[in-house]
Amino acid sequence: MQPLSTHIIRAFPDVLIDPIASFNSIKIKLKKEGSVSFKLTVNGVSHTVDLPAEVPLLWVLRDEIGMTGTKFGCGVAACGACTVHIDGEAVRSCQVQVADVWGDVTTIEGLGQPDTLSILQNAWLENQVAQCGYCQSGQIMQAAKLLADNSNPTDEDIDDAMQGNLCRCGTYPRIRAAIHDAAKSMGA
Amino acid sequence: MSRIGKIARRTFLIGSAAIAGGVAFGVYKYNEDPENPLTSEGDKAVLNPFVFVDENGITLITPKAEMGQGVHTTWAALIAEELDVELSQINVLHGPPAVAYYNSALMGLALPFLDYEVGKFQDNLRGYVGEAGKLLGIQLTGGSTSMKDGFERMRLVGASTRETFKLAAANRWGLDRADLSTSAGMVSSSDGRTATYVELAAEAAALKPPKVDLRSPNEWRLLGQSQPRVDMLAKVTGTAEFGADIRVPGMKFATVRMNPKRSSMLRFDASETEKMAGVERIVDLGDGIAVIASNTWLAMQAADAIEITWQDANYVETTEGFFDQLAQGFDGEVNATPREEGDVEQGFAGTEVYAEYKMPFLAHSTMEPMNATALYTAEAMTIWSGSQAPLSARDSAAEAVGLAPESVDLIVPYLGGAFGRRGETDFSDLAARVAKAMPGVPIKTTWSREEDMRHDTYRPPAIARFKGVVTEGEAVMLDGQIISQSVLDLDGANRENVTGSFDQPYGIPNYRIRGYLAELGVPTGFWRSVGASINGFVFDSFIDEMAHAAGRDPLEFRLELVRREHAPSATVLETLKNMTNWTGQTPDGIGRGVAFTYSFGTPVAEAIEVQDTGNGIKIAKCWIAADPGFALDPSIVEAQLFGGAIYGLSAAIMGEITFADGEVEQYNFPDYDALRMHTAPEFDVRILENNKFIGGIGEPGTPPAAPALANALFDLTGIRARELPLIKTFDLIT
Repeated sequence: MQPLSTHIIRAFPDVLIDPIASFNSIKIKLKKEGSVSFKLTVNGVSHTVDLPAEVPLLWVLRDEIGMTGTKFGCGVAACGACTVHIDGEAVRSCQVQVADVWGDVTTIEGLGQPDTLSILQNAWLENQVAQCGYCQSGQIMQAAKLLADNSNPTDEDIDDAMQGNLCRCGTYPRIRAAIHDAAKSMGA
Repeated sequence: MSRIGKIARRTFLIGSAAIAGGVAFGVYKYNEDPENPLTSEGDKAVLNPFVFVDENGITLITPKAEMGQGVHTTWAALIAEELDVELSQINVLHGPPAVAYYNSALMGLALPFLDYEVGKFQDNLRGYVGEAGKLLGIQLTGGSTSMKDGFERMRLVGASTRETFKLAAANRWGLDRADLSTSAGMVSSSDGRTATYVELAAEAAALKPPKVDLRSPNEWRLLGQSQPRVDMLAKVTGTAEFGADIRVPGMKFATVRMNPKRSSMLRFDASETEKMAGVERIVDLGDGIAVIASNTWLAMQAADAIEITWQDANYVETTEGFFDQLAQGFDGEVNATPREEGDVEQGFAGTEVYAEYKMPFLAHSTMEPMNATALYTAEAMTIWSGSQAPLSARDSAAEAVGLAPESVDLIVPYLGGAFGRRGETDFSDLAARVAKAMPGVPIKTTWSREEDMRHDTYRPPAIARFKGVVTEGEAVMLDGQIISQSVLDLDGANRENVTGSFDQPYGIPNYRIRGYLAELGVPTGFWRSVGASINGFVFDSFIDEMAHAAGRDPLEFRLELVRREHAPSATVLETLKNMTNWTGQTPDGIGRGVAFTYSFGTPVAEAIEVQDTGNGIKIAKCWIAADPGFALDPSIVEAQLFGGAIYGLSAAIMGEITFADGEVEQYNFPDYDALRMHTAPEFDVRILENNKFIGGIGEPGTPPAAPALANALFDLTGIRARELPLIKTFDLIT
């Protein structure tokens, strides 16, 4: 079967963590043994959490802050269900320790709410993409980064950008169509 | 309490249909007079509300789990069609576990084709469905039965509810019900008076629902048209609540470690773990451990740090061992011979064809790992579980913690994929047992992906041995033997493990299928399209081998045999031929294969085109033609067909669970991957409506995918794949 390393590389195209920069960007104060107080900005709202430094951002969002739109799928950056943005970069939040969060976090909840849909989410709605829906937050966050970098992606660009995001229901044909539609709407 | 909880409490515990300002509507049984669904009659008194109207609006209650297949939308449309409301006006909720929500199709009570001319293979299908119903518990979302189950019942609910509101308005205005009309949730009179259903609810509650006739399909405004899915907005905004997303005030987060050898636990050492950050409790479950913590990840870290000594497996310890067991099983007794036509033993002149096929264990690997949340007190328990079988999940969880079933409430959120896995009760049971360790504290128990992958109820492995004879281009004999572990716990003969081979509409004059069972001791279960997922590959691959042995075009060969037996199936193949511009010829570097499987009442033909890129073989294109009888929502039907094909292709290419030392060797997606954006083919789907009966759609797209690909690879390379996954034989791009 596939060696693990190839998957992590291709499933993780956008993350380059600079540990010094991340250290400087976060005010760390020791709290009690093992736990540290961290300040995070998620979708423009500031949160303070007291946790061991190694806890992944995914589990800070889900269990500490209670934002469950970002999903746990594999824990090893192989499925993309936990994709969020940090300072505009698409990252697998299961692999970013809370101490390494180097900037503002945007999650699916920050991309657009039911009454304030983003163009991309609207394209997902129009194309009726989701089936079970569990991977779709991650798919949409990955696609948002693609469109931010490339306003008119080809099918090959979509293949390259989206292949780290697994969907067991097989919604890929409609994801592709939704990305093309969103690109058209954004260009219009 | 959630809104569904309030409704359930009022309707089921108070036992009355008319509730302060609100009214519930339902039916007892498909085959009983729906005239008065609200009257109590002894044991049949259980009201099963599907529509609930009160001051807050119109709520449709579905007993079907939404796992991606769009059932909430189409069941809502079935009711809304006759109720004369728009989908946007109604709220859809999953109902509580209740005997009243039995699956009539699984019980074999309401297959619509009972009243029609039934062909041999349809008769067999009905028998299979009935057998499955005995085992599965009666409230189940599975077996591609939701539309068979709801097609008439839900429209009857909508129609009788509509007429009751008209009667209430007629009484209020002193008019005749026949002179009133309805639309958009409102009753109108010809002289301009109007009243909404919500305004009429209290009056309607006192009335006996009139008997109604269903509208004919040519009057439908919603059914047959693609509807916006009722779950889509939530799923594109991250607000859809899956089991994994349940939040209850004061909750803790847990994970479990159970024996990867699937037997008991000898001892464990958690001395280091108790001091780890966030850990609240280590729970000795007897057959495994749980860690309850302040955060799921901290629980998983702690669980990994516990030293556990497991009891050895109670089965042979290697993949090879299982296949040896299967091969030996052919020497044993035949379990079932569900098809025996002509005389396959008579001796035939012609070309003999023989093939042996080998299919591996497969995992379900839903995107959402197994999980459930439970709040246990000494007297009662609430459990949130993404279950395909909520009634059995509730009963099983109740038993696991020593409560009576009626003391347990089970709430079904959205399911992050299921494919049969969530019909099991293990993940609900474990969450209940963990919660019992901290009474009064809600605890969400989430499995790691590794735990999920290594503690699945796998699709069983199988071996098939097929013989056939072709004479002068004609198939004159087919004799198949299949052995696997049954996923049904049935005494005596059962046809489940040969489904997809004995029930195919092929007019071969001498046609026999024999099934054998082996007891392997590994937990196995229902996997999208079940027996047909295995035998669809075997049967259709063998038909392809016979076509080539006969020197015939593989599509024409199938078409000729199918035409003798079932016209809608033949039309499906003809449609595929037109869609693909099939010539039987392909240029160098291109291969094409066709496959056909009739499963769950729906004939499906698929064709696949593969390309040798010089840097691996790419699956370029997949064409699908299918006939579910009625395409109630074409967009959802299309999505189920290509999604089902992708699920089948993923398994065919790279799906394989293997064992060493009694443990599954695959841990996570890198070891058990699936098609992704760059490896999924382009699709062209055509939906036909010639079949007389409504068929299933969640599963029938899966079985033909593997053989279509294998047949295309044969066309490209001349190599016949008789073992799955195909990556073992071919250089496919992954």
